[in-house]
Formats: sequence, C-alpha cells, structure tokens
Amino acid sequence: MLKKLLIFSLLLPSMAVIASPEKDYDDFVSYFENRFPDTPFEDYKNGVYSIDKSAREQWEAMEEFPPYELNVDRGEELFNKPFKNGNTYGSCFENDGIGIRQNYPYFDTDMNKVVTLEGAINDCRIKNGEKPLSYFKGKELAHVSAYMAYTSRGNKFDVQIPNTKEALDAYEDGKRLYFTKKGQLNFSCADCHVYQTGTKLRADIPSPAIGHPTHFPVYRSGMGRLVTLHERFAGCLNRIRAKSFKGGSDELNNLEFFTTFMSNGLEVNGPGSRK
Amino acid sequence: MKNLIKSLLFVIIFTPISSYSDNIAEGKKLTFDRKKGNCLACHMIDDGELAGNNGPPLLAMKARFPDREVLYQQIWDPTKDDPYTFMPPFGKHGALTKKEINKIIDYLYTL
Repeated sequence: MLKKLLIFSLLLPSMAVIASPEKDYDDFVSYFENRFPDTPFEDYKNGVYSIDKSAREQWEAMEEFPPYELNVDRGEELFNKPFKNGNTYGSCFENDGIGIRQNYPYFDTDMNKVVTLEGAINDCRIKNGEKPLSYFKGKELAHVSAYMAYTSRGNKFDVQIPNTKEALDAYEDGKRLYFTKKGQLNFSCADCHVYQTGTKLRADIPSPAIGHPTHFPVYRSGMGRLVTLHERFAGCLNRIRAKSFKGGSDELNNLEFFTTFMSNGLEVNGPGSRK
Repeated sequence: MKNLIKSLLFVIIFTPISSYSDNIAEGKKLTFDRKKGNCLACHMIDDGELAGNNGPPLLAMKARFPDREVLYQQIWDPTKDDPYTFMPPFGKHGALTKKEINKIIDYLYTL
C-alpha cells in the first residue's frame, strides 16, 4: 500500500505536466476525427448537422430565410441605443464591439475570473449605471449577444488560457463539470456529446462536443425565440434532472471557457437556428 | 354462504393471472413512459416508435437474463458493474420504485 502511494505521488507531478489544455484539445479533436472521418474539422461549427446528413437538408432549407433575422435587427437597435448616460454598448469593447465574438470567453488575470461575452455585456451595463440583464427567456441580452456574434461571423475562435494557476483552475473546473455525471439520470455532458454522439436518443442525435458554442445564441423554432448558451446549459441540466446553475455563474462561465477552448479554430456562425 | 364460496373461488382462480397480466400492461406503460423508464430513448422494444439505438435491442430477455435478480440489479443500479455506463441507476436514484421495476421486468420477460 505504502509503496503504491509512493509510486503514485512520484507520478503526480509528471501527470500534471502531461495533462494540459493544449493536450486536451489535441485529444478531443482527434477523437472526433476518428469518430466521424467524413466530417471536415471546419464543419463542426454546424453542430449536429455536421454529422446528420438528412436533418441537414431541412436545416439548410430553413436557413434560406433565417428565422433569427428580426432578432439580429432588434439586437443591432439595442446595441446602438444609448444608455441613460449617453454611452452605448460599443464604448465598453475593443473595436466598438464589432467582430469580437471569437475572443470570448477570456480569463481576466486582474479579477481572476472567466469573462464571457454576455458577462461583459452585463459588466458594461453596470459600469454605465444600468441593471444587468437576465440570461434567460431570449430577452435583450440574447439579442445584443446575437448581433455581436453576427458581426463576427467567419472569424475563428481564439480562446486563450493564460499560464497562471487561477486560469488553469478555471479551465479544469469547467472540464470537470463537463465530465462529471450529474442528476437523477446520472449523465455528464460528455456522456451524450462525446461518447454517444452520433447514436440515436429516441429520434434525436446528440451533437458532437466541438463546435457547440460557435453558433450561440441560437434561435429555436420550437420555442420561437433566442436561447443563450447558459440557458441551454441550464436546460440540459434540467433535462437530466440535475440542479442547475445561474446564468453568469462561475460554474457556467468555466464550463463555457472549457467548451469554447475545445472549439478553437472554428468559425463564429452565431446566431444559429435549431428546431 | 354459497355466494361467499363462489366469490372466494373466483378470487383464487382469477387473481394471480389477472394481476400478472395487469403487471405486464402496466410494465409496458412504465417502460415506454418518457417520465418513467423512457427505455425507448436508448433501446428498440417491440412496437415502440422512435426508438433510440445506443443501447442493445430488448429481445429474448428471458434467455439473456435467466436470473431475474441480475436484470433487476441492471435496472436498479447498473453503475455497480460499470461506473461509466450510460444507463441511469433508475432505482438507486429514485426514478423508479422497486414495484415499478418489477412490473417492467414482468413486461420485459414477455419480449
């Protein structure tokens, strides 16, 4: 027993060196390359349609008259509407907030926390004396975020993880949540979106894990409105009968940090449309 | 008195059979119900529509699970054998009661 412990403790530092976000990314991407050899990497931005040819045709027909067009217009209006103090959202962002979606989330080394685009939109409001917005029900936050994604289409995700303990901890925390079985049904995110992706759950095919955040917020025709990534995370947790986390919580921010890092190199194509 | 004997006889003769077939019917309902077993999410079963395919089809269950207890444990807590299994621990996590699992097994044994 003692000997085993000794060997284990000797191995620990070397294991920590081996497991890095970059190594995780390579493992993740090559897993999907082997799982779906016919899907080119850049196509994963299309979510489940990258692996489901028959559903893809219907979806492409739907995209000819995108159901989210009015939402993008509304988002643009809100984005340009001055706050009570006269500033606009653009004043808080690099390049006035245009074409920057791919840089989120990032790790703020001063605050030592993950900042998502939607979190930054809310921070911007607070800084300008306005109330933060809800991540749920497809209201203003989803619209502004959808517009900002729209102006960034075609840019490639480039999430950076600074080499600090806090940043790596946030990444590891998101990764742990991704792989931990939760809820009454005992599913992890990875159960459906890594191990069982491509199989059928009733009539649905769980989408592959890489490419998930690229098309958010999404317009869901079943709900007739926009859904933010955090509302989608919460919806998933709810369906596996697990306790959810609040929109903008550290837990969901870190989860977004992990999943978006795993989608690095893919194009922003939000807002997407889904059934 | 005569009537009492008659009704007692009726009970003795028909109860086991009718309750067993009731169990099978209820078991099928529980098996298909999305809020209960929702077994069709992953398993092809009998005449169930829109069945998933990431679990094995539920066929010849008596031949595959001659020991009822093994099948019971597989539904109660499959993580005991395999902590990474995709199958939820229906009994252990309180999604199904003992009674419900037994009814489901009665139904599965007809397949």
